[in-house]
Amino acid sequence: MKTVIPGTLPLLGALLLLMLSLIQLAGQSPVPLAQLGLNLLLILCALSACSAVLSPVRALLFALTLAAGALWQALLPLHGLTLGALALLAVVSVQRLARAPVSASAVAALFGLWMLGFWQMLVSGFDVPQVILPAPLAIVAALVESADLLAGDILQTVIKSALVGYLLGSGLGIAVALMIDRLPFLQRGLLPLANLTSTVPLVGVAPIAVMWFGFDWPSKAAVVVLVTFFPALVSTLAGLKASGKLEQELMYCYAATPRQRLRALRLPVAMPFIFSALKVNATLSLITAIVAEFFGSPTAGLGFRISTESARMHMPVVWSAIVVASVAGSLMYALLVRLDRRVNFWHPTVRGTAAEK
Amino acid sequence: MTTDTRVHQQIFPVGVMLLLALILWYALAVALNAPGTIERVLTPRGAWDAGDLLAATLNAKRPLLPAPHQLVMDIWNSVTGWPVDSPRNLLLHTWVTASAALTGFAMGVLLGVLLAIGIVHSRTLDKALLPWIVASQTIPVLAIAPIVLIILGSLGITGLLPKATIAMYLCFFPVTLATVQGLRSPQKMEMELVHTWAASRIHTFWMVRLPSALPYLFPAFRVAIASGLVGTMVAELPTGAQAGLGARLLTGSYYGNTIQIWSALVMASLLGLALTSLVILAERLIMHNRKEAR
Repeated sequence: MKTVIPGTLPLLGALLLLMLSLIQLAGQSPVPLAQLGLNLLLILCALSACSAVLSPVRALLFALTLAAGALWQALLPLHGLTLGALALLAVVSVQRLARAPVSASAVAALFGLWMLGFWQMLVSGFDVPQVILPAPLAIVAALVESADLLAGDILQTVIKSALVGYLLGSGLGIAVALMIDRLPFLQRGLLPLANLTSTVPLVGVAPIAVMWFGFDWPSKAAVVVLVTFFPALVSTLAGLKASGKLEQELMYCYAATPRQRLRALRLPVAMPFIFSALKVNATLSLITAIVAEFFGSPTAGLGFRISTESARMHMPVVWSAIVVASVAGSLMYALLVRLDRRVNFWHPTVRGTAAEK
Repeated sequence: MTTDTRVHQQIFPVGVMLLLALILWYALAVALNAPGTIERVLTPRGAWDAGDLLAATLNAKRPLLPAPHQLVMDIWNSVTGWPVDSPRNLLLHTWVTASAALTGFAMGVLLGVLLAIGIVHSRTLDKALLPWIVASQTIPVLAIAPIVLIILGSLGITGLLPKATIAMYLCFFPVTLATVQGLRSPQKMEMELVHTWAASRIHTFWMVRLPSALPYLFPAFRVAIASGLVGTMVAELPTGAQAGLGARLLTGSYYGNTIQIWSALVMASLLGLALTSLVILAERLIMHNRKEAR
């Protein structure tokens, strides 16, 4: 059997770059000792990775030297060759972790960490203007600095507009679907139209909603209601039709009333469909609430913050508002995924993921 | 299904629903516009009856809710009354938005498919990148629109490309996920068969993976083009763009010109329908050809 070292090319490339950088640094008149030390550390790091299977000692050495090298590089002025080598070693580290028996989220976390690290190093190293791209640390600083402001924005956009609209819209969608469940004529008439709405940019009603409901959050919530209503309706209707013929006939044999059939069979079967709509709606509602604020809003709200601060070129604040928005969106999504697992524990997709773990 | 049952099963109920919606719209238009028109139009004129009220509310200049026939007239006038390159012609705005959305869609599909190919063939990318792509779906991408516009603007890129970039952001997620799923859909038997033929990865890709991914691709394209259109329209908001349906929405809301907002909205909906049916048409053509080839 062939034993190929995983990541041969990046490793060789890193070693080559480090050699070149050593030669270049040694040629400078006052020899920059810190840079030289960093280079030697990284060479040690690369050499420790040169094996098809890393023993625990080697893996630890690799990880420690790489982490130390990254931190050291962050303190030193930027040196192109060294940075290139560091990047290649980072690639190797992600590759190695992907082969190790660890969960996929650890690999993704390492990848994200590296991206943030290089973002910080490159932005501060090349003095990229803050207007184009602020460094992660600057964003964190802005996040801490304008925490009060952003808390008000969250209350305005996430809790009031998005959440109220989401609950109303999804609830109405599910309720209407249950109501027209036994009226096939209405179903046949409404379903094609509801499907069509997915192709229509419904956010566009935001200026009209502002005209009808005023500048404050009710107008945003109204748009969110409209946008979340149709996915909930369509998915619930699809879910109510999803129960198998065998089960339905069983219910018939038990002489179940339509209400009993709904509660015991059709609603549980529809739950995965309803939850997929709820998950889609969670992110959709937040996006809609933010975009709706672009058309006029009171002086709070994430969308208002993003549009005004980007007009004033306060980019770190804008980015921190986006971080807040995406954290809120992810939290909502994660909550729904948990709820989904708990409610639909019997569904094959949920059982499949449970068996993997 | 014969034509007769089709009429009975689908077209008739949908038609009834549309008619109901239209009646409801007219009723709402009268109800919503009544207070304003009574105050501004009818009271100064003196005595008035229900017929006057009906006529006035349905033909108000700045109605809270314009009646459908006003919208049809407005769109008809702007499309036929002005040359195509005039900013008063809605077709120009529709074309501006459509071209940006289509460019963004093409870029998004390219990026999405390339990412998916990488993810399917490399375990590192699969583990490191795919979770981020899934997680980034929860990020309000549209909120980044102003930033992207500023970044690209400061690099000297303006016009169609920034809008297309935002449309691309929205387009590539569904395409990537569906393509990954599709490229992985070949059964083990098929993969082992081509393996015994000593097919290279490239051969396997063209002969097995890509054909079996096609059915997964088109539904994703439908989702992508619809969200790409929304992305383009949102991207037209903060730039102070002169043309485009999003710009029409914004100027309409600045000047309280409701008819303009509604006609832009109607055109956007028609554009969305047209783009989606374009994708469906392409799907029918390609999938039909495949069936015949078999």
